[in-house]
Amino acid sequence: MAEVATQAAAPEVQTSGARPGRVSGIVRGALRWAGVLPFGAYVALGLAGPTIAIAVAAFQDSNTNAATFSNMDAAVHGTYFTGLQNSIELSLVSAIVPGIVGVLVAYAIFTAKRGNVLRRVVITASGVFANFGGVPLAFLFIASLSTTGVVTGWIKDVSSVDIWNHGFTLYNVKGIFLAYLYFQIPLMVLVIMPALEGLRPAWREAAQNMGASTWQYWRYVGGPVLFPPFLGCLLLLFGSAFSAYATAEALTGGTVALTPIQIGALLNGNVVAGQQNLGYALGLIMVVLIAIVMIAYTILQRRAARWLR
Amino acid sequence: MAAITSASEASAQAPAPGAPAAHRRSWPVWRWAVLLIAALYFLIPLYAGLQFAGLKAFTQVTSYPQFGSAFVLSLRLAAIATVLTLVLMVPTAVYVHLRLPRIRRLMEAITILPIVIPPIVLIIGVLKVAPSFLIGTPDLLGLEYVILAMPFAYRSLDVGLRSFDVKTLVEASNSLGAGWPTTLWRVVIPNLRTAMLSATVLTVALVLGEYTMASLDNFQTFPVWIVNFEQNSGNVSVAASLLALFVTWLLLMLIVTLGSRSARKHGGAQVQLFSVSTRQASQTVGEPE
Repeated sequence: MAEVATQAAAPEVQTSGARPGRVSGIVRGALRWAGVLPFGAYVALGLAGPTIAIAVAAFQDSNTNAATFSNMDAAVHGTYFTGLQNSIELSLVSAIVPGIVGVLVAYAIFTAKRGNVLRRVVITASGVFANFGGVPLAFLFIASLSTTGVVTGWIKDVSSVDIWNHGFTLYNVKGIFLAYLYFQIPLMVLVIMPALEGLRPAWREAAQNMGASTWQYWRYVGGPVLFPPFLGCLLLLFGSAFSAYATAEALTGGTVALTPIQIGALLNGNVVAGQQNLGYALGLIMVVLIAIVMIAYTILQRRAARWLR
Repeated sequence: MAAITSASEASAQAPAPGAPAAHRRSWPVWRWAVLLIAALYFLIPLYAGLQFAGLKAFTQVTSYPQFGSAFVLSLRLAAIATVLTLVLMVPTAVYVHLRLPRIRRLMEAITILPIVIPPIVLIIGVLKVAPSFLIGTPDLLGLEYVILAMPFAYRSLDVGLRSFDVKTLVEASNSLGAGWPTTLWRVVIPNLRTAMLSATVLTVALVLGEYTMASLDNFQTFPVWIVNFEQNSGNVSVAASLLALFVTWLLLMLIVTLGSRSARKHGGAQVQLFSVSTRQASQTVGEPE
């Protein structure tokens, strides 16, 4: 594609730009890198530096800076372990449920014709809703499902049941899950769509010509082709839920035991002093987990690329 | 991670699924049920928000003194982040495209990193290492928002650079005697206008909605104000949320419209509101291994 063309043409750029003379190749090479120097410096200072600082501080004592494993130890025990557990569970459920719903929605519009109005509306709306998290989302759910919320009122009017008297609450992990669906489902629609579009009609026709039923087509052709990208998209959704902070914080006021919230509390000085480095340890664990998830995602996408192109 | 996402999808890989008509007719009930339930789930909270806030709250939002300062702070950060993003990323993306095409994969990997490192983790690291003259000022946030916006900005620009023949245009310009600044300003940037605009819009939308970093840095930007305000009046917070939402939506719809217009003009890749990861995915998918 375009990439190949440019890459193939690249050496030509170099030679056409080279003046005859005895400029050392090393100097020339170094000069060529100078163009990306500002960018490199910015990333080093704004991204790499802070990340390395966290990785180092995670293994230092908060007061003496002496090397220690105690932060890491504390991070995987007690309330912080519960926080990690809750975060991972919430992210898993917030990946699997919206993942399945998202595939259904995507498939529902996928069967419509390209250029169909409904299809375009759903895709555009997904683009907008997938970008909608954070504080405003929390407040929409407070407006809907808090004790005085509009939807709570409807349910009370219809069935004379106050859900808040029957064990429902918006301000825990389940409430956060309900809110996360709001950006996770559209995100799934967007990320799975290219994979669905990669399913060639010819495969289905071939299967039908050979007498395959719809079930057999999905069991032996469509399913196996879609499975790696589906799994990849679930990982992406997992990462998205795992690193989210604003919605949960605004919804629960920081009262729920999730790792990002705990990091915020540790570093905001709301917790006993001398524990900042525990926050860094938790941060490092988050980064490592998300890095693993993203690597797995990339591998699955590579695998998917074999069929879907 | 599900922050502002953008990208473009390479044009259709496959034509419309040619399912036989008989087959298609058997779907509608199932299809409509799924879409109806989804539509209800997405529209009810919006309606509930409008009703919960009440019309009066919308007029009240702007009359609170701190609204003004919070909103101005958010706008200021958006301006800083946008200018820095363009000044840093446009020359870098063009340079990589022309002179160092072999590090394009590396650039993609680097610019995706801010997605791997959650904002909550990044900000605590930043506050740990930032020099003291930056710690006390909100401009530090503006500097970091450049990092947060990088995945989206870089991808927008990358898509833009792929959509026209930069190399030929630049060589033509150079052989006509134009120097690098002239070439960049009068040849490259005019062709990159749509991409730069979408990078700008994405950066602005991201900054206006960013809560995590601002709240940990203890500066009252607009989203932080909304949360702090909740203690006083829930419905004003809901009204402010809806306002924030509509502004963001307008911005994002702008990209979609511009994208499809430029796609029509160039007949090439269509810019859509897609997740940045999709973009990466579709690139991985689309590239020869």
